[in-house]
Amino acid sequence: MTLERRVFDIRSIRRDFPILKREVHGKPLVYLDNAATSQKPVQVIAEITRYYRDTNANIHRGVHTLSQEATQQYEDVREQVRALIGGGRPEEVVYTSGTTMSLNLVARGWARHRLRAGDEVVLTEIEHHSNIVPWQQLRDEVGIVLRFIPMLADGTLDMEAARRLIGPRTRLLSVTHVSNALGTIVPVRELADLAHAQGALVCVDGAQSVPHMPVDVTELGADFLAFSGHKMLGPTGTGVLWARHEILEEMEPLFGGGDMILTVTLEESTWNEIPYRFEAGTPNIEGVIALGKAIDYLTALGMDAVRTHEVELLDYALRRLGDVPGVTLFGPPDAQRRGGVVSFDLEGVHPHDIGQVLDSHGVAVRTGHHCAQPVMAALRVPATARASFYIYNTPEEVDALAEAVSDAARFFGGPTTGAARGAAHGG
Amino acid sequence: MVGDAGGAGLDELYREIILEHYRSPRRKRHLEAPNRHADGSNPLCGDQIEVEAQVDDGRVADVGFTGQGCSISQASASLMSDYVVGKPVGDALAAVGAFQQMMTTGEAPAGVDLGDIEALLGVAKFPVRVKCASLGWKTLEQALKRGGDASEATPVTTDERSM
Ligand SMILES: Cc1ncc(COP(=O)(O)O)c(C=O)c1O
Repeated sequence: MTLERRVFDIRSIRRDFPILKREVHGKPLVYLDNAATSQKPVQVIAEITRYYRDTNANIHRGVHTLSQEATQQYEDVREQVRALIGGGRPEEVVYTSGTTMSLNLVARGWARHRLRAGDEVVLTEIEHHSNIVPWQQLRDEVGIVLRFIPMLADGTLDMEAARRLIGPRTRLLSVTHVSNALGTIVPVRELADLAHAQGALVCVDGAQSVPHMPVDVTELGADFLAFSGHKMLGPTGTGVLWARHEILEEMEPLFGGGDMILTVTLEESTWNEIPYRFEAGTPNIEGVIALGKAIDYLTALGMDAVRTHEVELLDYALRRLGDVPGVTLFGPPDAQRRGGVVSFDLEGVHPHDIGQVLDSHGVAVRTGHHCAQPVMAALRVPATARASFYIYNTPEEVDALAEAVSDAARFFGGPTTGAARGAAHGG
Repeated sequence: MVGDAGGAGLDELYREIILEHYRSPRRKRHLEAPNRHADGSNPLCGDQIEVEAQVDDGRVADVGFTGQGCSISQASASLMSDYVVGKPVGDALAAVGAFQQMMTTGEAPAGVDLGDIEALLGVAKFPVRVKCASLGWKTLEQALKRGGDASEATPVTTDERSM
């Protein structure tokens, strides 16, 4: 594979990401931890500086020019987000600090007030902790019942079980679109149809899909969509909860304070319009405005092209890593059916040690449970190593990954591989 | 071979003694009649350990550990088990303190000769791995301090946070 064959010009993309020029331990950085957070292009980095140099002011509250400019720039991003995910109107876009806050807003702002004891929320075994813990908290508080669609051995969901679990008591289905631990693409539309047929709503965790592939809320059948700006070239502390307008209308704000009210007397207050009632206080203004540049960047490449690029890399990575003796790959074997994430382990070498050796090669991967301990339990492994790709990664970087993994195998295997295996998996 | 892995002080972390204890851990087994026991777990990295000890007349007559974890956690537990067997409980606890001091200062502790355990000195230069090296020791400390009945205790952890 060569750079020239790619769906877009990776060389010029890489020039936009200053951090990719870095060396780590004397080796060129190979950044393969994109599922945790993406790197940022100069366009996004420069926008943050531009904002503070030219525009900085608080929003929604000044007649002065700077405040109006800041407000305009901040508000314009809602339409960009809407266009990216196919929502109906820009007011359906609520800015949050990230997926975690978005999902908590669904749990606290919607479910807390709409669900009663005995109502069921259906989740899956492959959720990120942020789509499990808020529901457990609500279960303890309100008495809702949680049901989990199990994972099959290949990392896909047990759809037969899903058909049984989604029933007349189901009020909400909350599922990830793409598993951050395994890459599995969940058939959200099929599940959403089952849920809607029971009169339930559908919440989609798009943290690993919106940055990487075309996502359309109507096609998905989503009533809520949560995602993070920092995983899609934007700044940390930015995120979105999109929800259909009539659902936002029936939600309660999480926080009270400035900007979210219309009138306040000493006795009571009335809520501001949607979406402002969910955005109390001074928000991450420069983050949102820079997120707009991130969306520009992705849109210029085209989300179809982003996806095609990742599938090619993923397909290559599955083959290269699969050829390393001792490597076990987790998740669906077919690159078309997964996001750009490869979770693996190496016989006799703990993921933590894999990560350490890879780091010495300049290769950044994540090791551990990936905030998805139920997935680790289902796979019966304590942890995995995970490489995850994005627009700037190259086949040569996949080669560097595979070579570093082979080196880890040599390093820890040594003359007494058998004993090392016993040490890693024994007990 | 260490050079193969890219330098970066890897050879300081993975000293030959450590790799050797990882490949052939000592005392990695259950005891016949333990009267001390504690569990340790670092969920973030997936390290799990169970430490058992048999204490007779104030001496650590035997120690065993089981579980799974990275090379550093396994080698550290193996070196530790070898070291404390035969020592008075007070000395074993003092060794735990000396080890922890070594992890925070990056220097061999004065006044206690930890022998081969000093091979773990390099770990202090890799702050994220200190918790791996410390897990077995903190678990042993809990087992020895808690005495006989420890069945209800929550596992020891050296994870500073778990996401
Ligand atoms: C699938 C999934 N959901 C939720 C999250 C949480 O995102 P954040 O930490 O940005 O709130 C992540 C990120 O780690 C994720 O991968």
